[in-house]
Amino acid sequence: MSTIPLGPVIDTSRAPASGARVVEPQLPQLLFTNTHHLCPGCGEPLAIRSLAEALEDLGLVHTAICALGIGCYTSFGGTVDVEIVQALHGRAPSLATGIKRMRPDATVFTLQGDGDMVNEGLQEVLHTAARGESVTCVLLNNGVFGETGGHMTATSVIGQRTKNTIDGRDAAYHGYPILIGDLIARLEGAAYVARGSVHNAGSVARTKKMLRRAFETQRNRAGFSFVEILTMCPTGWFIPTGEGPDYLSSTLGEVHLMGELKADGVIRTTEELHAENVRKAAELDAQLARGGIED
Amino acid sequence: MTTATPTRALMEGSEALVRAAILADCKFFAGYPMTPFTEVLEHFAALLPDVGGVCINAESELEAVGMAWGAVATGERAATGSTGQGIALMQESFSEATLAELPLVIFNMSRSQGDYFQATRGGGHGDYRHLVLAPQDVREGVRLVQLAFHLADKWRNPVMLYGDYLLAHTQEAVTVEKVDLPPLPPKDWGVDGTTSGTGRSRTVTSLGVAKPGARPFGQEGKAQYIATKMAYLEREVRSESGYCDDAETVIVAFGSPAKFVKYAIAQLRDEGLRVGYVRPITLWPFPTEAVHAAAQGARVVGSFEISSGQMVDDVRIAVAGAAPVEFIGGVSSDHSGFGLGRLLDVDEVRERIRALHEGRPQPPVPGYEEFAYEPLPHQLAATPEVTP
Repeated sequence: MSTIPLGPVIDTSRAPASGARVVEPQLPQLLFTNTHHLCPGCGEPLAIRSLAEALEDLGLVHTAICALGIGCYTSFGGTVDVEIVQALHGRAPSLATGIKRMRPDATVFTLQGDGDMVNEGLQEVLHTAARGESVTCVLLNNGVFGETGGHMTATSVIGQRTKNTIDGRDAAYHGYPILIGDLIARLEGAAYVARGSVHNAGSVARTKKMLRRAFETQRNRAGFSFVEILTMCPTGWFIPTGEGPDYLSSTLGEVHLMGELKADGVIRTTEELHAENVRKAAELDAQLARGGIED
Repeated sequence: MTTATPTRALMEGSEALVRAAILADCKFFAGYPMTPFTEVLEHFAALLPDVGGVCINAESELEAVGMAWGAVATGERAATGSTGQGIALMQESFSEATLAELPLVIFNMSRSQGDYFQATRGGGHGDYRHLVLAPQDVREGVRLVQLAFHLADKWRNPVMLYGDYLLAHTQEAVTVEKVDLPPLPPKDWGVDGTTSGTGRSRTVTSLGVAKPGARPFGQEGKAQYIATKMAYLEREVRSESGYCDDAETVIVAFGSPAKFVKYAIAQLRDEGLRVGYVRPITLWPFPTEAVHAAAQGARVVGSFEISSGQMVDDVRIAVAGAAPVEFIGGVSSDHSGFGLGRLLDVDEVRERIRALHEGRPQPPVPGYEEFAYEPLPHQLAATPEVTP
């Protein structure tokens, strides 16, 4: 891909004139603390903060109920100021169903990892979507069982090294990754399906927008909503902490592409998103070849 | 309201149990069809919407129990149910729900009494118990269903109703009326979303994770807390005894078969035989003291069960050597495997009790010996010692 000159460039070759300072001290209303108990470089805190902010933006703070899965993110049960019903591994969507049917005015969402949702509880999320339950399922996808120490999940990409695919995931031996968003988007009951990421500021902003649209879908009782968020796991990927975001965008992010897979009744498959990205990149290349980017 | 049936009416056991659940204010049910439990699901599906409740035909037993878990967590009364294999699938949730202190009610319409261990020994992970109520007939079932919801809320603990094919499918003339039970404290722990963002948001969890200001259990603390709670649940033990004061032979039996045993014992009493019975109404906690007391003057204690002998273990623990304990039941089902078979016949039951009383060997269980296992020669050879 070509290098694209964009906007003002911050000079990082020398120290800034003044030290870093908090411009706007912010703690979302649904968080008890800005700290977390997870590894350095983990993407899950970013995802959870985005989720808390999205609920706050929509004025849904005092309606939120989370059916919480089992994974590293389970520790947020102690740091988010959200009503929580702790689920067994894989079972959060059925809990969310029972909660929502009894408390239809609440904003009910699940928080699950790829091991929880796509391995252990795949049928739960699919059936909940198919029933068109008015709940939001949120998937934190890092393509690895982080909590057990870095093992293959159903979303690990081909070639990904994990503790039980030590030479990389081999399709012939370990099978292919599941693109869960595509499965869900095809179901009639699913109204909004999107795949975001937290590997850079732009993707965080985009993901927050997706979360807002998902919760709006639930508020409008339009059907099932789903947001997958790709998160960094440098510990489980066995890479230096700082390389997490780049690794994410170049491995997981190349397979589980960011974008809206279903919105306003239109389904766009991951293949279509990929074709769109290729087309856009070619267009940019052509513009650069012509001497610059047209706005 | 169509669900209250104050007058005596002929109805299927399943329907009576469901109407009793609705009288107890059950608002949610989720289940997956499986004989002989299926009709419980059917009646909930038909009756719950009339009272503003919800019944979901879940995609599996795993999801059925999960949905009920979510509904219970809101503070509403909710239940699930199944039989045998389906209950086995749910048991991970039963144990975890016990740790989460969820008042979940479970309708177990079993295929025989061979699920006694499954019901009373758990089957889920960890150190947990749940109350198990075993009605002998539809009339008692109507009352025990309401007690199940009451006890579940009283202790914030799962309660299982252990029925069978006969209970679920027999048409009986019953009056489904409300049982008077004392009021319970409001469920201020139930989630509704309103405490989110207030600094004191509610949590319903099986784990030791705690929010600021909440009791910081930790995993070990939570396990200790539940273990000490279980001891209090043993107070809810219930049983019925008959003719035990002078009984030389005491029979222990539960559920539908206990009704046959009671009838056979009344006949044997008329013949002058000093026989009596103890009927556990709670399978857990097991009525250890009642069985032990009945065994004090007895020559022999028999356990009659439609299985290869499971409750007999609890009977032996309860009798604690006061008298010999013998198993006088057997495996017996109908040809489909779902119902209760030829052993459940007053003549059969009476002759088995008489044989025990007179010190004779038990008559053969109908259809039992025909299919007895025949070991292969290599299986009869002794297996060598391998411990160093």
